Amino acid sequence: MQLPAKMIHSLFLVNSSGDIFLEKHWKSVVSRSVCDYFFEAQERASEPENVPPVIPTPHHYLISVLRHRIYFVAVIQSEVPPLFVIEFLHRVVDTFQDYFGVCTEAAIKDNVVVVYELLEEMLDNGFPLATESNILKELIKPPTILRTVVNTITGSTNVGEQLPTGQLSVVPWRRTGVKYTNNEAYFDVVEEIDAIIDKSGSTITAEIQGVIDACVKLTGMPDLTLSFMNPRLLDDVSFHPCVRFKRWEAERILSFIPPDGNFRLLSYHVSCQNLVAIPVYVKHNITFREGSSQGRFELTLGPKQTMGKGLEAVLISSQLPRGVLNTNLNPSQGTYNFDPVTKLLSWDVGKINPQKLPSLKGSMSLQAGASKPDENPTINIQFKIQQSALSGLKVNRLDMYGEKYKPFKGIKYMTKAGKFQVLPAGTGLGFKKIIQYKYRTKHTSLQEGLNTT
Amino acid sequence: GGFFLFDGQQSQKRSNCEPMIARGKNASDLFPAVVKNVACKNIEVKKLVYVYLVRYAEEQQDLALLSISTFQRGLKDPNQLIRASALRVLSSIRVTIIVPIMMLAIKEAASDMSPYVRKTAAHAIPKLYSLDPEQKDCLIEVIEKLLADKTTLVAGSVVMAFEEVCPERIDLIHKNYRKLCNLLIDVEEWGQVVIINMLTRYARTQFLNPNMNEDKEEKEKKKTEATAIVKRKPYVMDPDHRLLLRNTKPLLQSRNAAVVMAVAQLYFHLAPKAEVGVIAKALVRLMRSHSEVQYVVLQNVATMSIKRRGMFEPYLKSFYIRSTDPTQIKVLKLEVLTNLANETNISTILREFQTYIKSNDKDFVAATIQAIGRCATNIGEVRDTCLNGLVQLLSNRDELVVAESVVVIKKLLQMQPEQHSDIIKHMAKLTDNIQVPMARASILWLIGEYCEHVPKIAPDVLRKMAKTFTNEEDIVKLQIINLAAKLYLTNSKQTKLLTQYVLNLAKYDQNYDIRDRARFIRQLIVPTDKSGALSKYAKKLFLALKPAPVLESPFKDRDHFQLGSLSHLLNAKAGGYQVLPDWPEAAPDPSVRNVEVKESVRAVETVTARDRGPLGAPQNPRGARGALLYSGEDVKKSEKKSKPRIGSSESESEEDNDSESESSESEEEESEEESEEETKKKKKVGNERLENTPCLAVHAVFTQPPPLPVSVPQTIIPSGNLKTYELLHRITGEGLSVEYCFSRQPFSPDPHMVAVKIQFTNSATSEAKSLHVEDAKLQSGMRIKEFPEIEVLPAGETVSVVMGIDFCDSTQAANFQLCTHTRKFFVSIQPPVGELMMPIFMTENEFKKEQGQLMGMNEITEKLTLEEKCQGEHAVVQRVTTAANLSRVPCGSDKECRFAGKTVTSGSLVLVSVVTKEDGAAQLTVNCEKMVIGTMLVKDILQALTQ
Repeated sequence: MQLPAKMIHSLFLVNSSGDIFLEKHWKSVVSRSVCDYFFEAQERASEPENVPPVIPTPHHYLISVLRHRIYFVAVIQSEVPPLFVIEFLHRVVDTFQDYFGVCTEAAIKDNVVVVYELLEEMLDNGFPLATESNILKELIKPPTILRTVVNTITGSTNVGEQLPTGQLSVVPWRRTGVKYTNNEAYFDVVEEIDAIIDKSGSTITAEIQGVIDACVKLTGMPDLTLSFMNPRLLDDVSFHPCVRFKRWEAERILSFIPPDGNFRLLSYHVSCQNLVAIPVYVKHNITFREGSSQGRFELTLGPKQTMGKGLEAVLISSQLPRGVLNTNLNPSQGTYNFDPVTKLLSWDVGKINPQKLPSLKGSMSLQAGASKPDENPTINIQFKIQQSALSGLKVNRLDMYGEKYKPFKGIKYMTKAGKFQVLPAGTGLGFKKIIQYKYRTKHTSLQEGLNTT
Repeated sequence: GGFFLFDGQQSQKRSNCEPMIARGKNASDLFPAVVKNVACKNIEVKKLVYVYLVRYAEEQQDLALLSISTFQRGLKDPNQLIRASALRVLSSIRVTIIVPIMMLAIKEAASDMSPYVRKTAAHAIPKLYSLDPEQKDCLIEVIEKLLADKTTLVAGSVVMAFEEVCPERIDLIHKNYRKLCNLLIDVEEWGQVVIINMLTRYARTQFLNPNMNEDKEEKEKKKTEATAIVKRKPYVMDPDHRLLLRNTKPLLQSRNAAVVMAVAQLYFHLAPKAEVGVIAKALVRLMRSHSEVQYVVLQNVATMSIKRRGMFEPYLKSFYIRSTDPTQIKVLKLEVLTNLANETNISTILREFQTYIKSNDKDFVAATIQAIGRCATNIGEVRDTCLNGLVQLLSNRDELVVAESVVVIKKLLQMQPEQHSDIIKHMAKLTDNIQVPMARASILWLIGEYCEHVPKIAPDVLRKMAKTFTNEEDIVKLQIINLAAKLYLTNSKQTKLLTQYVLNLAKYDQNYDIRDRARFIRQLIVPTDKSGALSKYAKKLFLALKPAPVLESPFKDRDHFQLGSLSHLLNAKAGGYQVLPDWPEAAPDPSVRNVEVKESVRAVETVTARDRGPLGAPQNPRGARGALLYSGEDVKKSEKKSKPRIGSSESESEEDNDSESESSESEEEESEEESEEETKKKKKVGNERLENTPCLAVHAVFTQPPPLPVSVPQTIIPSGNLKTYELLHRITGEGLSVEYCFSRQPFSPDPHMVAVKIQFTNSATSEAKSLHVEDAKLQSGMRIKEFPEIEVLPAGETVSVVMGIDFCDSTQAANFQLCTHTRKFFVSIQPPVGELMMPIFMTENEFKKEQGQLMGMNEITEKLTLEEKCQGEHAVVQRVTTAANLSRVPCGSDKECRFAGKTVTSGSLVLVSVVTKEDGAAQLTVNCEKMVIGTMLVKDILQALTQ
């Protein structure tokens, strides 16, 4: 008799063309035909990312994640928190990425033995066992070109020769016996700004999220503390397990014994009550005339509140309406591309020179006879600002205790656009009465958006 | 010919097999050849054979049995990793014959000295249970034993086993409840999820509803009974309930979405209303994660936002939809936005909705229109606005948009039809264009229902529909029949023939449902001589006033499933789902969670540490982790290590958990302080490097703020259980009495000194001034580090200071003068031999090794009979550690207690072991290269154990 067994039963890897290219079972084997339910859902979904993450089937539940155009489909037999499985699957992908540099079908197929060994160590009977990359790397060495060659010749493998000690150490995230000749600790403060801007340039929402990624190569068991000049900016934080919660709560200091190598120390959200400095502005005018087969396209962008730092790697993209057949645009700098099939317009602007603002102008040809598209496209912007964290967060100092050498310490700041959108003008339909209603009620956050109408 | 493989071929074999397994191919032909390799010495090959075995054992049972003996041998291997992996594989082999062997192996592993092996044992339990459920009772015993385990490594795994095997045995949790709460923060992430979910259920059975008074009020309001003055007990939260809430809260900051969700659901189900709010921020944070995570989180937020709307209102903007969101995320965000809508924010929300309607994504547009409809029904003030907006959408170019609007308008119109006949007329015109069946059906229903408001148009619509009847979809046909019937009843003059015609068409329809309906309606509305009483009431039946539909969230009341669970997400009970029980009416006995206070090995220290709290010693965040770190480091030194944290830290955490359910706030601090304390000791012995800079080391490990200069305040401790000696009697001292005790703390300015705590009490009427030490007369080699001068000691006050004395490992007294501003007193401090040492941490193996090197002259053995009260492990441990400052060495047997320490000055090892036999007979062995110390220590311990 088979009683319901919890947690992850099997894992199938499905590529974008719908082939199962790897399967792993932690308990008895589940036939791959169970994936048919997944394929059905996949067909129903218009976009790859619209496949529901949880699919019930008569005897199992399928929980999947999509990363790098590969579906990782876990088979579950009974009640388990879905996030538990999803989080684990993402951890698997992160591990693959860590091991092979990229997580593609080719990389997985090339390293199928390592993949298999990793999966074996990561789950025992469907329950997560070793998911810390530090420990996994002790158990199973990541492949390198040299070792792959050597292994082919000598017939040896990647399984660690030495027994790992990490699992037994109570600092599960750190390897023991770490040694470096150059002791270094680098911290990257990377902030992303998500914003929705309306056509007039007013902010509808704007938020800054940041992470501190670390690369720590220090001998022994160092104990680090990192303090900020302005920790009050941090509104909401989540930590790597190494960070001591209470110390943070009491003193707003990050105190931790770091894992060895690369890790994400902290993710944070900045509290700014909408006072986010928007570093870029866009002026655009996209018009279609009824009855005409031509549309006009004009777009200019420029820096705004960048604290003296330049905007780099600027990339504009926009999903034009279906009726647009082709475009004939003229960029003042950079290159633009329009895909007539997906209707995706992208313009690689590069650096913005404040003296000579980049612009993209020209015409669009529309399907003859088709009616005027009833919506204007949203503009998505990507950019980078080096050497600056938009929120103004600053690391005060980094101290090391527990070891005697003097490490080299480095810190870097960067700002990127996250989901940064500029909305089209609100025309056409509208609830005119809403506006009246707005004036009637005393509501504080009405300010923004009023000028659109 | 693969049967006899040579070593060289093995890895080849393996690398060939695995890809085959991975690709789902059958590699079972190779089974015999592979099984042969099980006995191979090479760990690497072993591991691979294991993988293969587990995969194919079920199919090739006979051959799999060949390998069993190898695993049994592996279970006895001195290397804990081999023991663990042998158990892991053995328990994964799904062959029923070996169930007894597995059971035995699990039982043994559950009492293994390595926590890693115990963890593996916990993992093996569900495996065996699924193979043979009849073993349940035996397995529950093992689970009970492992639940009592105090290592973080085991906690998560054993709770997982508990949840799979015997989730109904909530009684097993009582005694371990506080321990689990306290260990939680240091358990690995996956274990945390399992433990938190289990504790949520536990709390629902053991504590009272913190919101019961409010909930009652609501109910009372609803009833509006005059008997509102019901006896209402004031609610007092069980301290254990509070402990759970407090200890889980920091985990909202975990990077692991599953952990955050687990804590969020715990708060949602268990916390007082006023406190639930804290989870909103964390959940909103999760929405910046991968889209799958968003999907699950939004489902839960949708459910929560119905019950606790206020909680998410500040984060309204976080639910705004981006054009790049996948449709399923958009729809869920829409759901949340709709739930959050109220009079104050509706204008903002509608403005958002307005932009959504322009989206390319038609499914999403449809969902938005539905959402507008729901806002309109819920918030009366905007109903007209919404309705107007929706009517405008009727002229939209996209048919789907129009159709969806029609459906929603229909629902809205039902609320106040008389005011909107123009809208109904407008919609009637749409039947010419709209092809979407649901929309056509809705329009027809509207016209039929309110035909009195549009008396001229209605028959005309029926005429048109009768023409196209045969080409319509089934739902439309049904509504045509419906319309015909209603018109027949209200306006039979104009529509009699049309109705007959439609009913005739329906009579021969392919769909039996339509045929049935036609027959039924004909009987009902067309009066014949045969027709019964019912036809008289036909009008009442068809044109009764119908209640307006309530547009409800699909997430309403979904919280009867535990949030975060698969069942909640699917809104259907998944196999193995444990129902979240309702709060009990009256709380069960809270004392079941009390654990008898066992005599702690370190009772002495515990007390000192506890007392120190209020002195303002810097708090040590996550001190436990620091402590663990060091035990970890000790462990590193020997590969075959045994229980690294027994005795010291374990007994402490026990102490901590066991302490009465008083204000647990202070309890928490204590546990930190304690572990800190003891780590200090460990550090001293375990880490030579740090020994010279104790201040720095303490700082480093515990990350306290920089230590204060020499007068280290941490070491000023009021005495507790420590034995105090008199230095100066009140009468001799003319009102000044002085006592001293050996605080057993490392003396930070000089680690080779023994810390002596001196307590001055001024019982005179005037103040004593300038208390200090002078003119020490010391034996050669002895040194003292005086305490800083006490300038004033007011009358009636007491003050404690610490001084350090290097006794040179001898029991010679240190003589010195104690001076006040007026007098000098000659005093002397003579240490008991047990105070000349400090504890060190070592493993059983290290102990044996060291003991082996201290034989002959250095070993003293005495036989003794234990005093009556002193029989039993705990008593022995307690008495020995009181007599001498030693720490316990973990040991598998309870017949033998071992202790280790080293002398303070020279660092010579002091090893003590007490072997107990029947009837209180025992044997004491002391190994120490300083023979004098050894002899004296034997004397003291003998005395302690026999009296």
